[in-house]
Amino acid sequence: MPQQTAGTLTAAKKSTTSPRPAGTLYRGREGMWSWVLHRITGVAIFFFLLVHILDTALIRVSPEAYNVVIGTYQTPLMGLGEVALVGAIVFHAYNGIRIILIDFWAGGVKYQKLMFYIVIALWVITMLGFTPRHLINVFSH
Amino acid sequence: MTATTIEAPRSPSRPVKRRGVNWEKWGWIYMRASGIVLIVLIFGHLFFNLMLGDGISAIDFGFVGGKLADPFWQWWDVAMLWLALIHGGNGMRTLINDYATLPMTRGVLKSAVLAAVVVLIVLGTLVVFTFDPCPPGQPADLLPALCAAR
Ligand code: HEM
Repeated sequence: MPQQTAGTLTAAKKSTTSPRPAGTLYRGREGMWSWVLHRITGVAIFFFLLVHILDTALIRVSPEAYNVVIGTYQTPLMGLGEVALVGAIVFHAYNGIRIILIDFWAGGVKYQKLMFYIVIALWVITMLGFTPRHLINVFSH
Repeated sequence: MTATTIEAPRSPSRPVKRRGVNWEKWGWIYMRASGIVLIVLIFGHLFFNLMLGDGISAIDFGFVGGKLADPFWQWWDVAMLWLALIHGGNGMRTLINDYATLPMTRGVLKSAVLAAVVVLIVLGTLVVFTFDPCPPGQPADLLPALCAAR
């Protein structure tokens, strides 16, 4: 695929009959969907972080207060939520590296699609390592 | 059909400032630099708390108190707190700039994000550094093991 900037697209470069402009990094396909996921996971993590700092602050109130609230994180429903949360963080982290490589590595734009699939593959591997272990901790206690 | 022209994504709403510190550039650099450090801090945090031992089911005052009695974890957590809140807050600012169009809404939303970030950084930092892992008069079975030796 030819490399070009997102700004302009001339007739000479339009080699397909597709109505969608080609050669942009953020319109359609891997480029756009990785951006959508990066954005949604970033916001979700931010809101979780707000709550998580508040619940951890209870450590300064009393052992009982902290234990009661952290106990709600140990229920089966929250245990499943934690898998989703870790999944969001892991995607955001790996795709963050992909974004940094697109920005700073000379081959970054050329390989951005391939890097998206590498992100997905590494995400699957990481989640295969995390999920069983975490669910055993949640459901066997 | 003739040439398709895609407009430049956006034209600046006010003239581009050419003097002084380019804060947007430093924000852009900060997102990337903090992101790299956060990978180490957050993955280490998740691995230590959720993967080792009994994971989530072992987390209580005794576990966290034992961690925060150690300067290593104090600085780990404070670094994570500052880097993640400023990274997330600045990311939220990007979203507000993208989706909120009325100047009033933008101002209110950005002020809310800024207030949340400042309050939580102050709160979290105070908690980590003023915390007593062995609070007096508390049942011993709730406290970290290190308190028994005191
Ligand atoms: C695990 C390590 C992390 C890495 C490697 C990372 C990396 C990145 C990168 C490279 C960007 C793009 C910035 C830009 O385009 O200028 C970004 C955006 C963002 N990040 Fe992170 N980040 C991480 C953790 C977090 C955390 C913990 C939060 C929440 C507190 C968060 C929230 C956001 C938000 C809300 C955005 C804006 C998304 C957008 O503009 O579409 N990130 N991150």
